Amino acid sequence: MNLKRIRAIAKKEFKHLFRDIRMLLILLLFPVFLLGIFGYAVNFDVHHIKIVVYDEENSMISKEFINSLTKSTYFDLVGYINNDSQIREILDEKKAQGIVVISKSFSKDFYSKQEAKIQFLIDGVDGNTANIIQFYSTAATQSLNAKLTTEVLSRVGTKSFMPIDLRPIFWFNPDLKSTRFFIPGLIAMILIITAAVSVSLSLVREKERGTIEQINVSSIKSSELLIGKTLPYVLLALVNAAMILIAGYILFDVVVKGSYPLLFLSTLIFLIASTSIGILVSVVSDSQQVAFSIATMVTMLPSFILSGFVFPIESMPAIIQVITNITPAKFFINVLRAIVLRGVGVFAIWDQLLYLILYASILLGAAILIYNKKEAKN
Amino acid sequence: MNSIEVKNLTKKFGDFVSVDNISFNVKQAEIFGFLGANGAGKSTTIRMLCGILEPTFGDAVVGGCSVAKNPDSVKQNIGYMSQRFSLYNDLAVGENLDFFGGVYGLSNQKLNERKKWVLKIANLEGKENLLTGSLPGGIKQRLALGAAVIHQPDIVFLDEPTSGVDPISRRNFWELINELSSEGTTVFVTTHYLEEAEFCNNIILIDAGRLIAEGNPKQLKTDYLKNSIYEIESDRVIEALELLEKQNFVVETSIFGNNIHISVEEKFNDLSRINKLCEEGGITIKRINKIVPTLEDVFIHLLGNEKIL
Repeated sequence: MNLKRIRAIAKKEFKHLFRDIRMLLILLLFPVFLLGIFGYAVNFDVHHIKIVVYDEENSMISKEFINSLTKSTYFDLVGYINNDSQIREILDEKKAQGIVVISKSFSKDFYSKQEAKIQFLIDGVDGNTANIIQFYSTAATQSLNAKLTTEVLSRVGTKSFMPIDLRPIFWFNPDLKSTRFFIPGLIAMILIITAAVSVSLSLVREKERGTIEQINVSSIKSSELLIGKTLPYVLLALVNAAMILIAGYILFDVVVKGSYPLLFLSTLIFLIASTSIGILVSVVSDSQQVAFSIATMVTMLPSFILSGFVFPIESMPAIIQVITNITPAKFFINVLRAIVLRGVGVFAIWDQLLYLILYASILLGAAILIYNKKEAKN
Repeated sequence: MNSIEVKNLTKKFGDFVSVDNISFNVKQAEIFGFLGANGAGKSTTIRMLCGILEPTFGDAVVGGCSVAKNPDSVKQNIGYMSQRFSLYNDLAVGENLDFFGGVYGLSNQKLNERKKWVLKIANLEGKENLLTGSLPGGIKQRLALGAAVIHQPDIVFLDEPTSGVDPISRRNFWELINELSSEGTTVFVTTHYLEEAEFCNNIILIDAGRLIAEGNPKQLKTDYLKNSIYEIESDRVIEALELLEKQNFVVETSIFGNNIHISVEEKFNDLSRINKLCEEGGITIKRINKIVPTLEDVFIHLLGNEKIL
């Protein structure tokens, strides 16, 4: 290995990068842009669900019930109806996602110590949201129930108590914001795409232009070439990672709880794994177009679907769980969630880092094998 | 002293023999022409001589190092310029030279000195901030050659360096090649232009991986072509060609611009017979004379008409 030669290559690569300012700006700003889009759009928190009330009774208790729903930010009361023929129309036209129906006999049932029934009609088209609506409304009803029970019992002179009082407390993400959960996944996805694509393009460009021949006949070793060529893109990706974290802090209050050196080291290892995807892609493709398509396909889809970014891996079928190992994003997301959200140390993530190193070695090995096989044929 | 000694060099790709047991020597500081049709095995041979392709059999000693045993040391002593323009169009002239100088381990004063030299031979003095892509073809070619020899190698391989360059630039380029050779650099060059081959000190011709002729241009013309060549100018070129082809004293025919070259049996010297034949066929002969064969005549003779370079 000759540092002088590596420096010459890296320097040249930087010049390519800075010559094309437009491309450089895209590489730098696109990740932040993606973060903004994803951060605000991919949001599974459900707030401000529009509900309509069909209150046939208009009693004190029915009003109290409705109050208990609407005092949180989860439900917004958008109107009353007084005719059940309107129910269909409201759900059809999506004027509201839920309708609370309180029957005429509500207070009567309540005071006669029968179960007072309330109907909650929920638009079930979006199953996930419907589930959340049900969860919120049940929770609201329960707390009202507890309050009412206490009142009723105290009137007859009995002290009330709850047999079991479960009080969940959410660690690491106390208000259960899904953006906080998504940001590590986003960082992983953005980094793996930019690193793999930019490295594969820069290597294939040399092939396409024929400049690789000139480099092959020089005394540069392939290891020097690869290090020199990937170094600028790894640095660029590190800058990207920093920018995403800063943007994450400004836009979504995501604070890195763990150690920055460990975060840096893990990111570096992940980038080496990501660039090895780019190197492998560059070996099998002969034009920038092909390299771009392959590199985006093999990085984007798996890092979105199989990495645990959006869909939890634990709930996938066993065979798919095995397949999830094809993306290094899976391991890096574990690492990021550990460092950024939980603030744990290296003891909790060393195995994930080891996987990443193993992954990079396997891919680089494959790239060298295929490259040598191809060379022998030419 | 020999710069390059090739012995029984062979390369097989599966069953296909690309280079078939060729041997030749290249003397130090000579301009050595390496000729052959497309697919004859030229590029494969050059790749082996540059140490980037391992020979199946045989060996070559290039600048004192064996390409089979020690390809990496070979690379230190050679320069290479490919048929495709291989500098970076999006980098400035100076940046390209910095890169190729750096690749060969040059730095500081040495690099500056060599950069100056390259800029001078490429007529680009004071223009090192120009974007390489904006240069005219001839200048680019000179710059590429300069970059290929920036580390002052003993031997430089030029693979069809003048393809796609205008005639004047081509002539200037050959002056540059002569300069390099007179300074002691061995120049190993392939070309499709046979008038360029005339500038070489020595030439070899390969066909289907085999060496079929070698020598200096003069030797090639006398040793390999025993027949006499006549150049005929007539009013109806194609008809004249068809007519002459049929005659049994004619060995070969070919078209050179508006003229026909025929090679005839050694003992034939009856020009009036040609005149008479053409007259009977209604063709007017404007001029007919015996000529010194060109390299093209020799190669057409050696390769047959179907494989014009």
